[in-house]
Amino acid sequence: MLGRTLREVSTALKQGHITPTELCQKCLSLIKKTKFLNAYITVSEEVALKQAEESEKRYKKGHSLGDLDGIPVAVKDNFSTSSIETTCASNMLKGYVPPYNATVVQKLLDKGAVLMGKTNLDEFAMGSGSTDGVFGPVKNPWSYSKQYREKRKQKAHGENEDSNWLITGGSSGGSAAAVAAFTCFAALGSDTGGSTRNPAAHCGVVGFKPSYGLVSRHGLIPLVNSMDVPGILTRCVDDAAIVLGMLAGHDPKDSTTIQDPVKPFTLPTFADVNKLCIGIPKEYLAPELSSEVRSFWSKAANLFESEGAKVIEVSLPHTSYSIVCYHVLCTSEVASNMARFDGLEYGHRCDINVSTEAMYAATRREGFNDVVRGRILSGNFFLLKENYENYFIKAQKVRRLIANDFVNVFNSGVDVLLTPTTLSEAVPYLEFIKEDNRTRSAQDDIFTQAVNMAGENLTSAIPEPHAKEPEQLHVTSFSYLPMTNELAGIIETFVVTKRPYWT
Amino acid sequence: MAALVVRLSCLGKRWVLACIDGGSRHGRGAAIGLTSRRKRGQSSVAQQPLIAVQKSRKGEREWAAVVGLEIHAQISSNSKLFSGSQVHFAAPPNSLVSFFDASLPGTLPVLNRRCVEAAVMTGLALNCRINKKSLFDRKHYFYADLPAGYQITQQRLPIAVNGCLAYSVSVGKKPSQVSTRTVRIKQIQLEQDSGKSLHDEPRSQTLIDLNRAGVGLLEVVLEPDMSCGEEAASAVRELQLILQALGTSQANMAEGQLRVDANISVHHPGEPLGVRTEVKNLNSARFLAKAIDFEIKRQIHELENGRKILNETRSFDDKLGCTMPMRDKEGKQDYRFMPEPNLPPLLLYDTASLPPGADPQQVINIDWIRERLPELPGKTREKLIQQYGMLPEHSFTLLNEVGLLEFFQNVIKETRAEPKKVTSWVLNIFLGFLKQQNLAVNESPVTPSALAELLNLLDRKAISSSAARQVFEELWRSKGKTPSQIVSEKKLELMQDQEALERVCHTVMEGHPQVVMDMKRGNPRAINKLIGLVRKATLSRADPTVIKEILERKLSS
Repeated sequence: MLGRTLREVSTALKQGHITPTELCQKCLSLIKKTKFLNAYITVSEEVALKQAEESEKRYKKGHSLGDLDGIPVAVKDNFSTSSIETTCASNMLKGYVPPYNATVVQKLLDKGAVLMGKTNLDEFAMGSGSTDGVFGPVKNPWSYSKQYREKRKQKAHGENEDSNWLITGGSSGGSAAAVAAFTCFAALGSDTGGSTRNPAAHCGVVGFKPSYGLVSRHGLIPLVNSMDVPGILTRCVDDAAIVLGMLAGHDPKDSTTIQDPVKPFTLPTFADVNKLCIGIPKEYLAPELSSEVRSFWSKAANLFESEGAKVIEVSLPHTSYSIVCYHVLCTSEVASNMARFDGLEYGHRCDINVSTEAMYAATRREGFNDVVRGRILSGNFFLLKENYENYFIKAQKVRRLIANDFVNVFNSGVDVLLTPTTLSEAVPYLEFIKEDNRTRSAQDDIFTQAVNMAGENLTSAIPEPHAKEPEQLHVTSFSYLPMTNELAGIIETFVVTKRPYWT
Repeated sequence: MAALVVRLSCLGKRWVLACIDGGSRHGRGAAIGLTSRRKRGQSSVAQQPLIAVQKSRKGEREWAAVVGLEIHAQISSNSKLFSGSQVHFAAPPNSLVSFFDASLPGTLPVLNRRCVEAAVMTGLALNCRINKKSLFDRKHYFYADLPAGYQITQQRLPIAVNGCLAYSVSVGKKPSQVSTRTVRIKQIQLEQDSGKSLHDEPRSQTLIDLNRAGVGLLEVVLEPDMSCGEEAASAVRELQLILQALGTSQANMAEGQLRVDANISVHHPGEPLGVRTEVKNLNSARFLAKAIDFEIKRQIHELENGRKILNETRSFDDKLGCTMPMRDKEGKQDYRFMPEPNLPPLLLYDTASLPPGADPQQVINIDWIRERLPELPGKTREKLIQQYGMLPEHSFTLLNEVGLLEFFQNVIKETRAEPKKVTSWVLNIFLGFLKQQNLAVNESPVTPSALAELLNLLDRKAISSSAARQVFEELWRSKGKTPSQIVSEKKLELMQDQEALERVCHTVMEGHPQVVMDMKRGNPRAINKLIGLVRKATLSRADPTVIKEILERKLSS
């Protein structure tokens, strides 16, 4: 039952093949069994069982709240959850229990979803490995797959298997692992520079980054307000569309959400690929791109072409500037957003009380890890009066050029862009930590962060039917909502096979 | 205590305590236009022990002072600028704090429409250009009562710019010599107020009250077009009246709804402006004037003694009457301004640019607001002068005192007495009594109707002026009595019986032959003495003019 898609299990609930409580208990027991993955920071067992019980009552009365009623979901631990600890995987917020629900969390609960727990991440979502949180790294479920173990055996005899586990990618690695390990049917992530799509790619699940403004950020503890979006992780594209349908729309509590009414997102059962024009950005053919990813990328492109789609090379000329530009804008907003963590109103407070300033300094030194402190420092440097013009303003201008690249391409008749999500497949933890967080983020966000800066794009990552471990492609479309999902769905239909990698 | 400060600040003819010329060269210049920058030499402050600008003691060169103001006016609104928390003065600490006000992570600002409308109204009333697109910025600094670590303000593109404010100061020795001056308004920006820190020194604790955190403020920046404390105080007073007339701020300085920071520098005319200091947190118009004048004098003194003026922030000690350097380093901070990413640009429309079919709840139409602006104080004064033949200075006094204009208008409505008489009674006797007992107009024991009735009695000569005054005193003491009741109880009505009065006159003349002789010899003061005696004999119930008539007739016959 746990291996099914959200839609399938929803049908099973409606038909009474399984009750919400049974489903919830199955998930809870699997969460316990897979505790070593470190996907969850908090498992909200009591809350989940109570919600499942209520859902069960509704089903019994025939008052189901819809497709999500009774469906176990997980939420990244940077979304505020009323009376459930919300830590951002940071000492700073250990023990912080928000008094309110993020809008997206509330919407899920209003639709009857059952909240299994809060998932692990890089501290304050700053990272691309889910390795830099105070609760330790998240392990990729694929590390324990038969396929991966066999591959390791062939490659390196005698190596300690336990230390060779793969990273999940990040920063929403906990959510990706939770979905990949079947402990829930959908999870919320957040995506600022690739944080939903990257771990989705590495964990072989669907990761969807909605357009900026489509889904409310209210209650999402911000990384970069102007780029953050709540992300959706599911095991198939159709499921992502269902969840998006529940979450999308104007929120009076978030002034940056679009006011226009949202049309329902439905996937076509059959789509005419003939009419599609698919762009392959030449700048994304980076030398660092691994041969596996490159070959899968061209395989997918060829597949589309053979099915009648028009596949053309396009140019996003400012791509090479985008990661530097992202770094300046991201750290500047980080410096600003982190200013509120001073130990006064909530969160960690140090024991030092010599002066208010000394208290701030010690609280922030103890509360934040090196990555967060490093970004605060850089951001404040960029915002200094003497540097503002040279860094922040310049970065904003470059951001505009990057956004225009996308506008130009989509205006030229291209319907969607097909790109890889990451340079390579998931790497072992020991290899990953050889480089620092900053270097890793710069490499890993290379294909993903540009669309965050462009803002209005819709991006979806689709699992590859990989024999070894998951790898993903990335579909981007512009202000045409169903397109991304549609195309992602097509790829899925054509290439995805079910992988019983977890038992 | 709170109310006391404000009342002192507008005591009597405070508006006339303005700059007069030391000489007469550029004294009573008419209205100062936007572009004309007056010479600032030689002016001094009337009736102030601290002489602001003066000739150098060495007698060589003049000094000119330049004063600019930054004024924070708390917007009068039900809820805060970016959250739904209520706004009340003196509510229990931390009882009006939303999750956003406490900067709980994940909360977002939602702009309050009322605050935007208040800013537009104020901008229009101050002749500003309203920016159809304005932006919000974050201004960063760490302070315990600033929970987010930044204030949301409008640094790059504020909601209103390039306005002007006309105010009046007295320029001659007589209060009637009024000059209208103009100060340019650089900009009006919307921003958040901070919370309050209460320092408990003995316990070395700081207590934070976030009730005020996030309340909407209008920051009004006045260009340095003023040259002394009284000009600044008069400009602030006029702004206060405008804000109150608009209802955009209660603008009560004692309650902190209007806070003023002054930028002050001195230089020799014709030379570049001097280094300026900022005097912060001036919470009454009187202290504002004092602080500025002290600071001007201090700067001149420093410079004349070969010292330098530091670009620093100073505070005013109202007990010592001097400014002191503030020890906090805030002034030198880099605020690391950044666009506020959670608020889209604030777009305003006029009738021409209004998108067709726009939901009126979603858009703000500048023209619509302009058409509904209430009457502003300048216009009200003009009408008073035209309608009642009032002196300009009287129109100022009427408006300066909270509720006094309304009181005056209510008296006028109910009395047949001449407007000039009413003005004189309201401004001299009524206001005098209020001042003496330190009461506000709405605390007065005498109602407008009672005063109107009293003036009616006076008007139809039922009582004498001095009896009227007695009645007024009695009205003040014993609430609830009508003037007529008092007049009959105290037997204050004028003697209407001509014969009886003639008999009294006759008796008095007979009793004082010496005075009568003096009068006949041509001593003009003698008749006054006789009048006095007759009045005394009638217990002040006779009209002195009638007595005089009778006496003169009798003497000449």
